[in-house]
Amino acid sequence: MSPLLNVAGLSLAYGKGTLALDGVDLTLNRGEFLSLLGPSGCGKSTLLRLIAGLLTPSGGQLQWQSPIARGDIGFVFQEPTLMPWARVIDNVRLPLEIAGVPRVAATDRAMAELEKVGLQDFSKSYPRELSGGMKMRVSLARALVTRPALLLLDEPFAALDEITRLKLNDDLLSLWRRDGFTAIFVTHSVFESVYLSTRIAVMRPRPGRIVAELPVELPSQRDYATRTGAAYNDHCRTVSTLLHQAMEAAP
Amino acid sequence: MKGMVRLLLPPLVGLLVLAGWEWAVGAFAIPAFVLPPPSAVLAALWRDGPLLLTSSWLTLSITLQAFLLALVTGVALALLFSQSRLAAAALYPYVVALQVTPIVAIAPLVVIWVGYERVNLALLILAWIVAFFPILSNTTLGLSAVDPNLRDLFRLYGASRWQTLWRLQLPSALPYLLGGMKISGGLALIGAVVAEFVAGSGTASGLAWRIIESGNRLNMPRLFAALLLLSALGIAIFAGLSFVQNRLLRRWHESELGRQ
Repeated sequence: MSPLLNVAGLSLAYGKGTLALDGVDLTLNRGEFLSLLGPSGCGKSTLLRLIAGLLTPSGGQLQWQSPIARGDIGFVFQEPTLMPWARVIDNVRLPLEIAGVPRVAATDRAMAELEKVGLQDFSKSYPRELSGGMKMRVSLARALVTRPALLLLDEPFAALDEITRLKLNDDLLSLWRRDGFTAIFVTHSVFESVYLSTRIAVMRPRPGRIVAELPVELPSQRDYATRTGAAYNDHCRTVSTLLHQAMEAAP
Repeated sequence: MKGMVRLLLPPLVGLLVLAGWEWAVGAFAIPAFVLPPPSAVLAALWRDGPLLLTSSWLTLSITLQAFLLALVTGVALALLFSQSRLAAAALYPYVVALQVTPIVAIAPLVVIWVGYERVNLALLILAWIVAFFPILSNTTLGLSAVDPNLRDLFRLYGASRWQTLWRLQLPSALPYLLGGMKISGGLALIGAVVAEFVAGSGTASGLAWRIIESGNRLNMPRLFAALLLLSALGIAIFAGLSFVQNRLLRRWHESELGRQ
């Protein structure tokens, strides 16, 4: 696998020198699904924002293997983060309109993305008319509308109920298999990280850094049967142990 | 049934009060120059109709002009403030100073400067001074009260300043602006009336002057009729702006949910 991004010694200090991240090293390979797992306050969201370019590091480097243009990175926030005054289609079209894509072409692309998340019949709805899960799908469609090489997801399903979350996990995986983007998924759920990822990086807090990495050796086609299998359970146990050790190591 | 009662209750109370008022004036022989009976007010409204309508129109047109001027200048200044912190820091203290100085105290000065021969212009300026602050402060607040994640999203996609303003900040500010407009509409009317009171002496002939004039002549029925029209104007302005607010926000903003 060829690397997409090399993170070397990345740190971020807040105002009075408090370190949110300290010396993070990470290699991100093309096409992989990487989960960043850690307790709250370990800087996983901060790391995601640094990679997105929304924050500037205090030290270290982000080395991209090929130059990054706008639209190459998609971002899914913890909340759906839709514009409440705009219809679903206008929300999904936004990244293309900002980039100056002509309206007709942008609409076609946005409709195609909505179809992939099963919401083509809701293109004219306003966000408040949708359920929490549907809003998150719109948010996914918007993040994918520019066909990004890298999709960053910041605990996107944390606020949803269990059943909706499982469904969205499956949808996310099939989008990932189909579109072939690279994904970084921030979560604090051991089970979610094992189910979704090809690799898991465990982080510890204060200051945030990556303390363990673990490849997930499960078949790429995952479904209900995966969750009941022995391999899945083994992984969950291992990751739980790693997370526990990370917490113990923290000051 | 309960809905009907709720709907009929306010006019019923009004009618009862009016009937009691009419009866009391007759029963206690209250002179009309102290408290005219409702029937006399109605008669005055009918008799002095043309005069009072002309005055209403003058007050209304000054109010509306002041309101529109306040809307344009308030939004423009808020946009300037949102684009340039320096401009905001430099100008805001003076805007506040203009706002906190009582309009009654500024009025004589403005009337003298503009001149009694152009008193309507003075009224317009005074009503504008009162009306424009809520629009400015609400719009300024709205332009900065943007969902931080949406702001990040616009940054991620490299949106220009103009795109961010047009597609993100202005729509976010709209509910605030509309709230400011509602306050400002009422204030424009108050400003127009207060300004006319200060200008006084028959140079202007809006509803406020009719009230002063009727008071001086102890023509209470006409005074009450003018008051009635004035509050009708205020209610009409408020209702109109509420309608606009509902039209613009009903599909998406929390403030208008569950009202249909």
